Amino acid sequence: MEALLSRYRNLTVLLVVVVGQLLYLAYQVKTARDERLIRVWAVSAVTPMAGVVEAIRHNTIGFLEDYFILLDVRDQNRKLKSDNDKLRMENVYFRNQLSTAEHARALTLFQAQSPSKTVAARVIGNSTVASAKAVFIDRGYTSGIEKGMAVVTPDGIVGKVVAVYPLVAQVLLVTDATFKVGVESQKGHVHGVLACGTGACTVEQIQEEEKVTPGEWFFTSGEDRIFPKGFPVGTVISVQPGQGMKDVKLNLSGGPGGVEEVLVVLQGVHQPIPIGPVVEDAAMKALPPPPGEPGNDSKQPKATQTEADKVVQKYQQIGKEQNHVYGGLASGLPNFNAKPGATPTTNPAGGTAPATATNPKTSEPKAAAPVPAAPKPVLPLGAPRPKPSEPAAPPPQ
Amino acid sequence: MTGTTDHIRRRRPRESWFGRFQVAALVLLTLIAIIGKFYLPRLIPSTVWLELPLLLTVYFGLKRPSPILALLFGAFVGLAEDSLSPANLPIGMYGITKTLVGYFAATVSVKFNVDNSGIRLVLCFFFYIFHAFFYWLMRRALLGQLVPLDPQETLIHGAFNAAAALPLYMILDRMKLSGDLTAETARPYGR
Repeated sequence: MEALLSRYRNLTVLLVVVVGQLLYLAYQVKTARDERLIRVWAVSAVTPMAGVVEAIRHNTIGFLEDYFILLDVRDQNRKLKSDNDKLRMENVYFRNQLSTAEHARALTLFQAQSPSKTVAARVIGNSTVASAKAVFIDRGYTSGIEKGMAVVTPDGIVGKVVAVYPLVAQVLLVTDATFKVGVESQKGHVHGVLACGTGACTVEQIQEEEKVTPGEWFFTSGEDRIFPKGFPVGTVISVQPGQGMKDVKLNLSGGPGGVEEVLVVLQGVHQPIPIGPVVEDAAMKALPPPPGEPGNDSKQPKATQTEADKVVQKYQQIGKEQNHVYGGLASGLPNFNAKPGATPTTNPAGGTAPATATNPKTSEPKAAAPVPAAPKPVLPLGAPRPKPSEPAAPPPQ
Repeated sequence: MTGTTDHIRRRRPRESWFGRFQVAALVLLTLIAIIGKFYLPRLIPSTVWLELPLLLTVYFGLKRPSPILALLFGAFVGLAEDSLSPANLPIGMYGITKTLVGYFAATVSVKFNVDNSGIRLVLCFFFYIFHAFFYWLMRRALLGQLVPLDPQETLIHGAFNAAAALPLYMILDRMKLSGDLTAETARPYGR
């Protein structure tokens, strides 16, 4: 026996090593136990270096872009300004949406539930398994990350957290062959399962009689207990009949393979599937002018903004209450000391102030008050002036 | 002083720094290779096909015609890779695959002149295909995971890795990392 082992020493060692690893692997599968200590050691050894390399790369590229690629700065600046304007428009759009009565209920519901809390993270490295789509992010359980949390971007879904370490976490991307996501179509609310195992992402489990059209949006349905309902997933590229089920191919909107920054959903809140078009499209539409409210004309003074505006508004109100027309003939002087809204008193000129609309006893002089004349046309110097058709004062009796 | 000792004294100054600190250098290079696989696709997305740990395992197997050392090195590299794999994959998948790769590379190196670039090219291509297929087979058979394997893509990636192996191996040859001295100088180092 010893001679045999000595003769086939290499093969014996190979068998021992392979069988040992097989047993270890079987033990892990059987007990469904993650060998956390080994992974923590490896991740703790590798990720700091990767983080340093990423920081160097980021700063180096930033330096190069700042100092050597200034040619594109103006274009980038212009583009950023354009994007900024667009985002501000979207922001206004969303504020208006929230302020409407239609969204008041949604807001109440949103406030009643715990709002979605997210934490931003940066992707610092890939997994070592090429066929398994996974990345590492620079947030760990010290940042509140837990296993099973959803990872998204504003554009769409990215993946879920499968392992958490002190300073980093591992995210399995939705493009991984073993990843499934519950999705729901926007129009027909058709439920399906997103799977990206064969390269292109498809929505499985859709019956032939269900109606799904190309270009239609799919959102997360929340049934997988990972992603909250209502996150955008992607648009339908093609719909073809399959064997009992439809073959629906999807174009992911989140682009999980190339993301740099992601959001980890700490506390997810389910949202309804949007009925209208996607936000970006809606924001780009040229909205019609807002309808005028009854009794609202363009001559109405604008809301006061400054102290000067307030003074002007106060004097206008005083003039209105005392039937004084600024610039009008024989209008007298208004009592500027009177508070707006109070009963007019004797004006400094000695006469009674013109009656207000609330004082019927003094309504007679109101008729004698000069009617606000229409603005006179400006005539050139020397041109003949027409005689006034009405006398400024009533004729003596 | 024997002739062998004289030979060693004459030989040592010509060895590189890596030659004297082979174990530390190997660990360092393995770490670099794994970090490269971990991080390089983030830096250059088109390098996702590059299997630096595999190329290092093959190189070590080819230059060290000791199957035991080669398979142990393969197991070390594979297990290190496994520890950075997704948490839903148990540790040991790459370990087993690279153990076999190291063993076969060391076995093959006895039969061929592995300093020939053409042979290196073919062997690297073959070992990449073997590595990819065996890993896929293990995931399918042992874990029951239906992971797709694209033959065309695998062949292309194999060719790319084989092409990348040539300059890499030339650099490693310069380092004399494997301790692959001539046959007569190898014996005094305990081989």
